[in-house]
Amino acid sequence: MQLVISGLAMGCVYGLIAMGFVLIYKATEAVNFAQGDMMMLGAFITLGLTNDQYMALPFWISVPIAISLMGCLGYLLDSLIIRRMFGQSQLAVVILTIALGFVARFLAGAIWGHDPQSLESPISGQYFRISDIVIGVPEIWIIGITISLTVVLFVFFAKTKLGVAMQAASQNQMAAYYMGIPVRRVNSLIWALSGIVAAIAGILFASKNAIDPGTGLLGIKAFAAAVIGGLGSLPGALLGGLLIGLIEPFAARYLEGDIARIMPYLVLVLILIFRPHGILSQVQKKKV
Amino acid sequence: MNPPILKIDNLESYYGPIMAIRGVSLIVEEGQIVTVLGANGAGKTTLLKTISGIMDPEKGTISFMGEKIQGKEPDKIVQKGITHVPEGREVFPILTVEENLRMGAYSRRDKENIHTDLDLVYDYFPILRKCKSQQAGTLSGGQQQMMAIGRGLMARPKIMLLDEPSLGLSPLLTRDIFLIIKRLNVEQGVTMILVEQNAKVALDVANYGYVMELGRIVMSDHSSKLQSSKDIQEFYLGQSEQASERGQKRWKQRKTWR
Ligand SMILES: Nc1ncnc2c1ncn2[C@@H]1O[C@H](COP(=O)(O)OP(=O)(O)O)[C@@H](O)[C@H]1O
Ligand SMILES: [Mg+2]
Repeated sequence: MQLVISGLAMGCVYGLIAMGFVLIYKATEAVNFAQGDMMMLGAFITLGLTNDQYMALPFWISVPIAISLMGCLGYLLDSLIIRRMFGQSQLAVVILTIALGFVARFLAGAIWGHDPQSLESPISGQYFRISDIVIGVPEIWIIGITISLTVVLFVFFAKTKLGVAMQAASQNQMAAYYMGIPVRRVNSLIWALSGIVAAIAGILFASKNAIDPGTGLLGIKAFAAAVIGGLGSLPGALLGGLLIGLIEPFAARYLEGDIARIMPYLVLVLILIFRPHGILSQVQKKKV
Repeated sequence: MNPPILKIDNLESYYGPIMAIRGVSLIVEEGQIVTVLGANGAGKTTLLKTISGIMDPEKGTISFMGEKIQGKEPDKIVQKGITHVPEGREVFPILTVEENLRMGAYSRRDKENIHTDLDLVYDYFPILRKCKSQQAGTLSGGQQQMMAIGRGLMARPKIMLLDEPSLGLSPLLTRDIFLIIKRLNVEQGVTMILVEQNAKVALDVANYGYVMELGRIVMSDHSSKLQSSKDIQEFYLGQSEQASERGQKRWKQRKTWR
């Protein structure tokens, strides 16, 4: 039971990062390999604002600041850098995001150092018991916030004009231009949204684990989660994340060390073989 | 006479080094349907794309109600009252019909009227009301064309650019759609530029026509004059049998794709 809950919580973090991958993949048709590093940055910004040795702001003030900063960062990344790559191959964009990931790790190391640090969050380290099961408070927060965020995103994409326009632009960008949708701004807003989601993932991760500049490399697992989910589907990404989050602790408990570590990727390979479009893909009829 | 609603002077547009329209000038009077005829590759689509801001012209001017609009962004142009119903319909395949229609109204500020206009579109195209919660990608070609026109209408345009609405449709469906186009023009007062290869149906609804060849306007006159002109009869109306046959062939191909 404890394994399930902590697995679910970790899976939520993977799922949120995976959603960031999906958002940007749908908007830019390229994979943002800096997504994990954006999560790490979001976590470090919160830590830098909150922890006593840095700015010592109250946690509930630094959280919205960090989230907005990451939103702006996402917006600016797209409008100042990624957009200039328009017309280049998607591979070029992917390589650029890998480079941006290095820059983010370097910057975080330069500002906050390379040692693991813990976020002084009011929820970290607390736990409660139900009979003999110990349940961490951070886990409950992580799961609850992920569920709420998923619902908010769902309503946003299904019901608001901007959300539907984001879907429209990703389904047929040319038609979106014809309709007078400001496609470039809409795409930058998607980057902003994925920065926000990354920041939330980072804060959640950091309230359970210590972080260092290399933390963002777990984005690779989240990428696997996104691929498992179909790379085009937000609920698929969350499911993929949960799946990987659950596989990890069980594999670690019941299998040999090395095999346990490759289990998430093994599942990825198996799913790609049997469901090449991911578990929840919308097989979209492209117009000829 | 009022000044023309749209006036284009000496327009030139390029795809990289390729000059696709070479000094086009044309005039559209308010309330009219003006057709632009021409074979495949003549530059008709490029002309419309340049008007709607999808492409920027290298030279020349486009004045809309007296204001120069060439080179502006497409969203600004839609806001001014020009909508482009693109060739090949370009639907949002996994949005519903109603969501597609609402996207046509994206640039509008007057939210409260959007509902009335949806009803208006459904009144002109009752079939769309029936499948309004269906994904647009699942519609037939004719339904998609109706939806594309309806979506253009949702912007409440002063002028609508229609790019080959008959493309790939059966002659019967083409006739239905052109009847509605004419009704929209008369009843809603929407001025239209109608690009077609199918000269016969286009000249039937249009007031005035231009003929394009290799990026240039080679002829222009009132529709009735064009209809009786020898060249048009030979090159376009004479071919229109063939053209509609080809249209039908495409239509059949399409059926097998879906
Ligand atoms: N995307 C493009 N890139 C390069 N050339 C193009 C492109 N689209 C059209 N062209 C060229 O521009 C010319 C005019 O095309 P177009 O405006 O589509 O003609 P029409 O709509 O009359 O069939 C053609 O010679 C065509 O080959
Ligand atoms: Mg064309």
